[in-house]
Amino acid sequence: MSAEVKTGAAAEAVGRAPDGDGPGQWFSRAVLRNGPLGGLIALVVVMAVLSRDFLNGQNLLNVGVQASVTAILAFGVTFVIVSAGIDLSVGSVAGLSAIVVAWAATDQGLPVWTAVLLGLAVGAAAGLVSGALVAYGKLPAFIATLAMLSVGRGLALVISGGSPVPFPASVSRLGDTLGGWLPVPVLVMIAMGLIAALILARTYAGRAMFAIGGNEEAARLSGIHVKRRKLVIYALSGVFAAVAGIVLAARLTSAQPQAATGYELDAIAAVVIGGASLSGGSGKASGTLIGALILAVLRNGLNLLSVSAFWQQVATGLVIALAVLLDTLRRRSVR
Amino acid sequence: MTGVNDDVPGGRELLRVEGVTKSFPGVRALDGVDLSLRTGEVHVLLGENGAGKSTLIKMLSGAHRPDGGRILVDGRPGPKPGGQPTPRTSGQSDPKTGGQPDPKPNTRPGIQDGAYEREGRGEREGGAEGGGESAALREVQIRSAQDAERLGIATIYQEFNLVPGLTVAENIFLGRQPRTALGLVDKKTMYARAAELLARVRLDVSPRTPVGELGIARLQMVEIAKALSLEARVLIMDEPTAVLTSEEVETLFTIVRELRDAGVGIIFITHHLEEIGALGDRVTVLRDGRSVAEVPASTDEDELIRLMVGRDITEQYPRRRPDEPDEPEEPGAPLLRVRGLTRNGAVAGVPVFADIDFEVRAGEVVGLAGLVGAGRTEVARAVFGVDRYDAGTVEIDGAQLARGDVRAAMRAGLGLVPEDRKGQGLVLDASLQDNLTLARLDRDTRGGLVDRSAQRRSAAAVAEQLKVRMSGLAQPARTLSGGNQQKLVIGKWLLADTRLLILDEPTRGIDVGAKVEIYQLINELTASGRAVLMISSDLPEVLGMSDRVLVMSQGRLAGELSADEATQDAVMELALQPPGGNPTSSDSNTSSDTHTSTDTNTNTSNDANESAMEGSDVR
Repeated sequence: MSAEVKTGAAAEAVGRAPDGDGPGQWFSRAVLRNGPLGGLIALVVVMAVLSRDFLNGQNLLNVGVQASVTAILAFGVTFVIVSAGIDLSVGSVAGLSAIVVAWAATDQGLPVWTAVLLGLAVGAAAGLVSGALVAYGKLPAFIATLAMLSVGRGLALVISGGSPVPFPASVSRLGDTLGGWLPVPVLVMIAMGLIAALILARTYAGRAMFAIGGNEEAARLSGIHVKRRKLVIYALSGVFAAVAGIVLAARLTSAQPQAATGYELDAIAAVVIGGASLSGGSGKASGTLIGALILAVLRNGLNLLSVSAFWQQVATGLVIALAVLLDTLRRRSVR
Repeated sequence: MTGVNDDVPGGRELLRVEGVTKSFPGVRALDGVDLSLRTGEVHVLLGENGAGKSTLIKMLSGAHRPDGGRILVDGRPGPKPGGQPTPRTSGQSDPKTGGQPDPKPNTRPGIQDGAYEREGRGEREGGAEGGGESAALREVQIRSAQDAERLGIATIYQEFNLVPGLTVAENIFLGRQPRTALGLVDKKTMYARAAELLARVRLDVSPRTPVGELGIARLQMVEIAKALSLEARVLIMDEPTAVLTSEEVETLFTIVRELRDAGVGIIFITHHLEEIGALGDRVTVLRDGRSVAEVPASTDEDELIRLMVGRDITEQYPRRRPDEPDEPEEPGAPLLRVRGLTRNGAVAGVPVFADIDFEVRAGEVVGLAGLVGAGRTEVARAVFGVDRYDAGTVEIDGAQLARGDVRAAMRAGLGLVPEDRKGQGLVLDASLQDNLTLARLDRDTRGGLVDRSAQRRSAAAVAEQLKVRMSGLAQPARTLSGGNQQKLVIGKWLLADTRLLILDEPTRGIDVGAKVEIYQLINELTASGRAVLMISSDLPEVLGMSDRVLVMSQGRLAGELSADEATQDAVMELALQPPGGNPTSSDSNTSSDTHTSTDTNTNTSNDANESAMEGSDVR
């Protein structure tokens, strides 16, 4: 009956490019169709071919450890980006939370679990402040979280007096391995990923994120308290950042005031590489995990290949651009 | 196909579409479309939403490419002096048109350049069957918007392509600004030329005005000026009147007629049948991706509807009033009672609306009529808790609603279908399921977790009930036609157990078939004891569907009419009534606007341009 309706069916047939067929297009179509996961697999294959050491179990676990902090941060940022916001403060909030845990346990002698709860609460509080500035203060998310980036880092320096604080030993086990081989950060990453996936797909909070990111006005007119939801969204991002900060400090066995500086950019890159749109309304925890893994595989592989750190930065930038470019092309061919 | 060529208006053939087909994966959007456009003709493209109109015009403007069939364009320079570059055609086309036999019987082989002059004069007399087959038509491939532009085809979409931050002149010449010898933008020439173009479209604004400051009618005129600057020979207008008030429509028609008289061929898409007779010359009707008929514009409306939907629509407004037989029970206590609702405006003494009193009872359809800017939408939003109000009360079942609390209004049983379907009603990129279940998200949540399978079941049930045409519940809302999108918004409220549904312009931009479905839905709602408050600028619709009509004028309730009393004249009289019988200078202005609207059509005024309080934007 109606063509517009049925073009919808077209839209579901992901990545079926209407235009011609050539041998050269097979590869690009294969990449386009499979998106981020295809990119990760391709990258792993390339690294495995180039470096004999890449595909061994120990190294792959290393990749997991390297990806963990970025991934946990990025899961939190996914919530924000799905709701059409942005959170630049997660690196600072991670650093601040770790410092608070260390300060409470080591300097103040509080019980470790209290210290950890305090750290998570500080993450949530930082998120609530950002969220309030965005929702009630009507600041652009970019500005509100940029301010929080600065404030969070500053507070971390104030509390620590600028020097590292030893991390309580019991919490530092989070940076160890189980049974001598399974790194706990990877487990934490997986757990946080499952939680993020659950939140996004199955909870009221998550479904509201998609509605707000897709069309804030329609969400509001459908009875969603958009402002309250935003508080929750940024608070969740803050809590995830706190967990990431604690894992990072556990690995280093000390909380550094400058820890996780700049990690917010990796986190945002992971989310976007994972297929989320910065204009909101789309995004997945699995995509974000893949995005973080792509960045980690790239760094690990280039290290194995003895590529200089300077060139690694260049390569990382290119991969980010390429990933998002391919994703844009994929979406366009679907539309 | 109906026979075509006798007495065709206009001049020589400018554009011809032959048997064009287009498939998207899994669907045939166009399945053999023929269309012929002549110089100096307004050719109406008519069809239900989803019939293939958009696909066809996107093909002509270079956004899509046909899978099969041919597009032929006249190869001669445009009608205006000043020169149109000869259209660039793809390399293959010239020899092809010359050598290859045309599929139509009465084809003359293409004659190249020499034919131009002769054709131009001998046109009319050769107007018999097949005589319009212009030797100058050449097959073209339109691969991009630039190709279309080069061929002299300009398209004005419903969604305007204007940059709000740039001035009118900068928008008109975007990407084609006149340059000075140094390569800088020649502002003087640009603004001078823009001023000329604006004069041609009778748009009384400075070319230095930022586009963002203009109302929707003026934006439309800027788009037309832009098309003029391209010296378009073929102008495609996609529902240009959908967002205009009656007077603006008249202005638009005047300009379109001038363009037509200057030799431009115009493809005009509209859902307003009365506009066809007023403006059109020929009509091509599309149905299910095929061109089913080409008829003169004088064809009567019933016939056009029959062609469009493939069946007779016996009752356009099938309101079943519960009046005569089964009125044993006195209409119960009011479901909704609004008392003294007032919202102050930015200017002291000019409220957005004031002292609004009305009631809506279960089982009723109450129409809310009035001119653009009378405050109807604002009242609806205040009642639903979207906007705040300064005084008055809103009661549901006698219990007062909190101000500015959508959640509370929903819990009490209110629902709002906003006038801006895409901007406020739907999350376009979300799935049908997510859209349908959005207003009951909290109810489907247990212990923080959303019951997705319950959502799927209820969405499937309501989609079935509303006969939403879809490929599946996972389909994004964006890909549905307007009528089906509106069904989604209504379905969302059905799933939220709404008892009083406020419909703001429920059928704007929706084709006739879907309109009737929505009217039937309104009947079902009220039959089940729910109530409807319907804002509409479509007077026949208000009169046809309402049990009572409230009329607003300049922020106040001017009166209430029963279904028997409500005639177009009675409604318009109230709508024009100055508040408190105290006419101000702006009133006479407004009333002159709207007399036209009673005469010509009532479909076109709307609320979208809220700034249009003072009447019309276009002079």
